[in-house]
Parts: sequence; structure tokens; C-alpha cells
Amino acid sequence: MAILLEKDTKVLVQGITGREGSARAAFMKGYGTKVVAGVTPGRGGEEVAGIPVYNTVEEAVNEQGSVDASVTFVPGPALKGAVLEAMDSGIRFIVMPVERVPLYDILEMMAYAKLKGARLLGPGAIGIISPGIAAAGWLGGTPEFAKRVFVPGPVGVISRSGGQSGTVPWTIKEAGLGVSTVLHIGTEPVVGQSMGDILPLFQEDGDTKAVAIFGEIGGPYEEEAAAAVREKRFTKSLVVYVAGAWAPEGMRFSHASSIIERGRGSAKDKISSLKEAGVHVVDRPDEIAPTLKRLLKA
Amino acid sequence: MARLFEYQGKELLKKTKVPIPQGDVATTPLEARKIAEKVGKPVAIKSQIWAGGRGKAGGIQFAQNPAEAEKVASKLLGSEIKNLTVERVLVEEKLDIDREFYAGVIIDASREARAPVVMFSTEGGVDIEEVPSEKIAQMTVDVLRGLRFYDALNLAIRLKVPTQLLPAIAQAILGLYETFKGYNCRTAEINPLVLTKEGKIYAADCRMSIDDSSVFRHPELGIDVARESPTPPTELDKIAWQIEEGDLRGTCYIAQMVPEIKELGYVGYHGIGGGGAILGVDALNRQGLKIANYADTSGNPTAAKVYRAAKVILAQAGIEGYMLGGFIVANQEQWHHAHGVVKALREELTNKPGFPVVLLLCGNKEKESLEILREGTKDLPARVEIYGSDNVYETEFLAKRMKALIEEYRRERGVKEG
Repeated sequence: MAILLEKDTKVLVQGITGREGSARAAFMKGYGTKVVAGVTPGRGGEEVAGIPVYNTVEEAVNEQGSVDASVTFVPGPALKGAVLEAMDSGIRFIVMPVERVPLYDILEMMAYAKLKGARLLGPGAIGIISPGIAAAGWLGGTPEFAKRVFVPGPVGVISRSGGQSGTVPWTIKEAGLGVSTVLHIGTEPVVGQSMGDILPLFQEDGDTKAVAIFGEIGGPYEEEAAAAVREKRFTKSLVVYVAGAWAPEGMRFSHASSIIERGRGSAKDKISSLKEAGVHVVDRPDEIAPTLKRLLKA
Repeated sequence: MARLFEYQGKELLKKTKVPIPQGDVATTPLEARKIAEKVGKPVAIKSQIWAGGRGKAGGIQFAQNPAEAEKVASKLLGSEIKNLTVERVLVEEKLDIDREFYAGVIIDASREARAPVVMFSTEGGVDIEEVPSEKIAQMTVDVLRGLRFYDALNLAIRLKVPTQLLPAIAQAILGLYETFKGYNCRTAEINPLVLTKEGKIYAADCRMSIDDSSVFRHPELGIDVARESPTPPTELDKIAWQIEEGDLRGTCYIAQMVPEIKELGYVGYHGIGGGGAILGVDALNRQGLKIANYADTSGNPTAAKVYRAAKVILAQAGIEGYMLGGFIVANQEQWHHAHGVVKALREELTNKPGFPVVLLLCGNKEKESLEILREGTKDLPARVEIYGSDNVYETEFLAKRMKALIEEYRRERGVKEG
């Protein structure tokens, strides 16, 4: 078991004939993901890594019977069109490894997703991986790398950093544990799936015994995790690290979402609200794995 | 730069029918005088800087006539307020204020909203953070529906605004929202929204920032660095943006932390991946070191992009070391980073014997990448230490190594701290 990306999840790749789209579609398929179709307007009838290409999502869905998830490899300014199209064709889970997306486009996508009951991972999310089952996006890199870094096990991982969504599972593996599903929520100022959405899914997943979060300053996300624990929507062990204690107010570093705005979103605030909820907050990221190990033994 | 000056924000508000005081922006005292003549009334002369509390710091002054306006402008232009140089002043009619309101639109990223929120308050002229919540009326906007005139009226009605003021205030709120939407703002605030003694409503001051990723849709704004920062872009910021602009292959982000290095302990910092990059900074800070710049190259950038970033970082005068903080087990092949960094080090460090360098690079194709780093730096006169994924989270250890190398480097050159 895993969340969102499971054994039978049928995946479509939008922008499959592009540089990243074609390379990642082949890797995803090589890892075992059921990549059933790709879409690039004007390129219908071609194949990429043995995956049939269609002109529109509707065409792909009609031909394939049904599609559960889409991964969008399109430039930021083109993302809105791609995502609305996927939702209009009935796809309810969309992974968006796309940065520099105009904010108002994101807001429109979010409002439409609410209307359609769709889950949007990202934008700016490098992806999701359920080890041994499937991967969508950049996460995992090549099949060989994915097999080396992500091993199946009882820990769900949610990361606000793309790079750390590989690193945390690596340290968990080094500690002799493994991961159930790993997600990067995305770096854009507004994202479609955050802690408050994902933790209840891990709560329901029988294979997940604990969750690790790599947090960052800025945004309401770590506070959402604290609320989920407080309100008992998540009752399993939770270990959180929050990066960026040094950052001055108003300074943005790489991620557009990691900015301390209007005096809110500082590491200090996040850590205290998590601690009050009884979450295990660690001071350094290398303490995540040992803490999980200790909690899972108890 | 995505933040707008007051005068720029007011120009946008004017287009969406928000009344603004009569006036214009000046870069010379003579221009200020001419604007004051045109206004034909006492004027306010407002320094155009990105800082709150500029009034208290002396950045806003008044003049009774054009001659006085010229004098005041010559005093303000070129002066330093809150460490920022005043390059422009806004000269506009002085308002006879009766009441001050507030109107703002922000983005609420929480899962309940993920939408813009329009706020109105009867307590204007102060930081909205300090206003009690019962004095603020707010509405989360469904962007598929939009904000309507009667929504704006209802916001004002909730705070018992007198009936005769409702249409003008609602029009200002609606106009602000239209600007927010039309120019893809990240935030847009009118504070204060003023009622004059003559009974008119004006946007007396505003703060606006444009979403970085939407700047390309608004070339008319003339924003040269589409990046948020508390201060206007420095030369380094502009160079950094040139590396990024137009090259969508991977991300390069560089922010200068200090304009000029005047003391010891600064490191040129080159992180990989937002989250990981921060870890290194936290650790360096704990060792008493500071970063001259924050940088991040990630998302599978080309070697050329990494090289240009590393060059900019290494070229900063006064740094005592360079750290490649690859605190991630990266999914992408890391040899692009290795090649880019080696080329920059070879060009920048041949004349800096003993210069401290700590390189951490982990992830896909790590063995090959570390080999590139070793081969490429072995004949350099610098102090180079290279680490891989065995040390990926050894932030303390690596920061301590950086510190130790810097101390050796100082001793060697007879440099003393303090």
C-alpha cells in the first residue's frame, strides 16, 4: 500500500515529447509506473519509449478507457491550460513538476480543483514516489538511482524541499528503515496539496506507521501539520525538522513559498506550534532518521 | 524587482479608477518645483524608498509653495533614509485628512483558502498587523467568480461605514482588486485610504509587489530583476538575474546578503537545492561565520549556468572561503555541477594560494562527479576539501572544516580577528 500513487494508478504524461517529458516518461515507465499515454498537441500517433502519444487529454482518456493521474512537463506559463484540460477530462490527481508559474494562473487552477474535487501536487513539486511501485515526476531520477535511495518501509515522507525529498529517504534507509510514499509539495507561493491534506491520507494507509516532514520557514504548512495532530486527524508518530532559522524577515531564498511575510511563518513560530501539539521536532535533519527509529521501536 | 514604489503603484491604481492625489514623481529639485506649480496647492514630498516608517524617519515633508518644494526636494533627494538612498520623490497635493481607512489584498496559501483575500479596515494609517481583528472585515475571493461591487459594499457595511461614504469606498476596494488581478500582484495595499475634510476618498499611500513569475506579462512596468528582496537590486543581483533570465534549464538564485564586506568571517556560499542550501547556512552561522551571499543552483541546471553562478560567488571581494553546500542526495546527475564549479575555481583561484574551499556534492552519478572535482582541483594552490554523501547531513562537521581552513588561511597571511 501507499498513498495517491499505487500499483494500479494509470498515469498520463502531458508534454511527453519535450526534453524533460520524454526522458522522465521513460524513467517512470522503467521504474514500473503504469504510464499509459502521453499528450502533445500536434504529435498524436507518435510513440515515446513505447508510450502512445495523443493530441489531447480527452483523446487519450477515450482511447485508454480511464486515466487516474497526470504528470505535467510543460513550461510555467502553459501549465494552467494543461491542468484545466486534465481536470476537464476527469483526471483527479495531477503532479506538477513546474516552476515559475504565474500566480494568478495557480489561483485559477486551485479554484477549479476545488470545484472538481481534484488533488493538485505542486506546482513546483518535483514529484511523488511509492518505492517499488511507481514514481511520477523527477523524484527518483533514474530507475537505478531510485532503487538505491528509496527502499520500501513504514515511513511516509513529506518535504517542502525537492532535494531533501531524496535525502531524507536516503538517511532513513541508512538507519535501516524504509519509506511508504514520498512527496514533495512544491515550491510555488500557493500549492494544491499540503500537510493538512496529506497527513490524513497517511493516517488511512495501513503500511505507514510514522511520517517525517522536512519543513521550511514561510507559509502555513507546518502549522497545518500541528493542527492535524491537535485535531486527531493524524495520530501516528510525526517527526519534523524546520529549516531556515537564520533567515531575516522579508528575505526570500530559492523557494517562492519560503518567505517570512507579515511577521508570520518564522521557524520559531512553527517549532512552538508543533511542539505544543506534541510533535517530535528535531534540531538537525540528521536527527530525523534516528528519532523515527526510536519511535518505531517503542 | 517585483516590488513597486508608491508612485508606480498609484499609476496602476489610477487605471482601475481608484482616486489618487494630484501629483507626479521627481528626480531633481527643479522637477519637484514644476510639479508643485502644476498642483497649485500645498504639497507633500514623499521619498520613494522601500521602507516602512519613512514618515517618522523624516522621509515625508510638506511645502507651502513651489519654491519651498524645490528646497525640500533638494534636501531629500540623495539623502539616506533607513540606509536607502532617495533617488526619487513623489510630489503631490497635501490632503486635509478627516479619517483613515485601510484596504488590502493578499494571497492566503492555507488549504482552506488558496485564494486572494480582500481586507478592509476602519483603522487605517497603522500597520494592519496591529489592528484588532474585529476592526477588519475580510472576504476570501473565489477567483472563478471574482469580486463584485456589492461584495465591497458589504465589507464596508460590516464595519458600519456611514452610508454616504459607501459607494466611494467600495469603488476603491474594487479598483484595488482589479489592479491586484490585472497586474498579477502578490500583495496590494492602500494604507491609508483617506477621507478628506471635503468628503472625498483618496489612496494616500500604497504598497504593491508583482508576482515574480508574472513579471514577463507586464513589460510596461520596466522591472529589471524579477525577484523579491527587501532592497532594490544591487549590481550583483542584476548579474545574477541575467544568468537566470531566458534560460529555463534549472534554477539559479543568488542574493547578496551584504552590499560590501567590511569585516572577517564571510564565506561565498553556493548551495544546491533550496532546503539543503539553508542547512549549510544554519551550520556556518553556528560556527560564527556569515554568508556573503545566498545562492542556489538546482533543478538540473546546465554546467554553464552553474559555472556562471560560481564565478559570481567567488568574485566577491573580501570573502575568506567558498562552500559548495550540496546537502542533498540529488536525483539529477551531479556532474554538471562538478564541471561548472571546477571551471570557476580554476579561473578564480590560481592567484589565491591557500584559499579555503569546501565542496560537498552528493546524488546521482556521485562517484563520477567527485572524481571530476578531485581531478580538476588537485593542482590548484587553494585548500580544497571534497566530500560526498557519507557527509550529506554532516552540516556541523563541514562548517567546522570551513572554519578551520579559514583560521589556517588567516594565520598563514598574518590576519588577526577583531
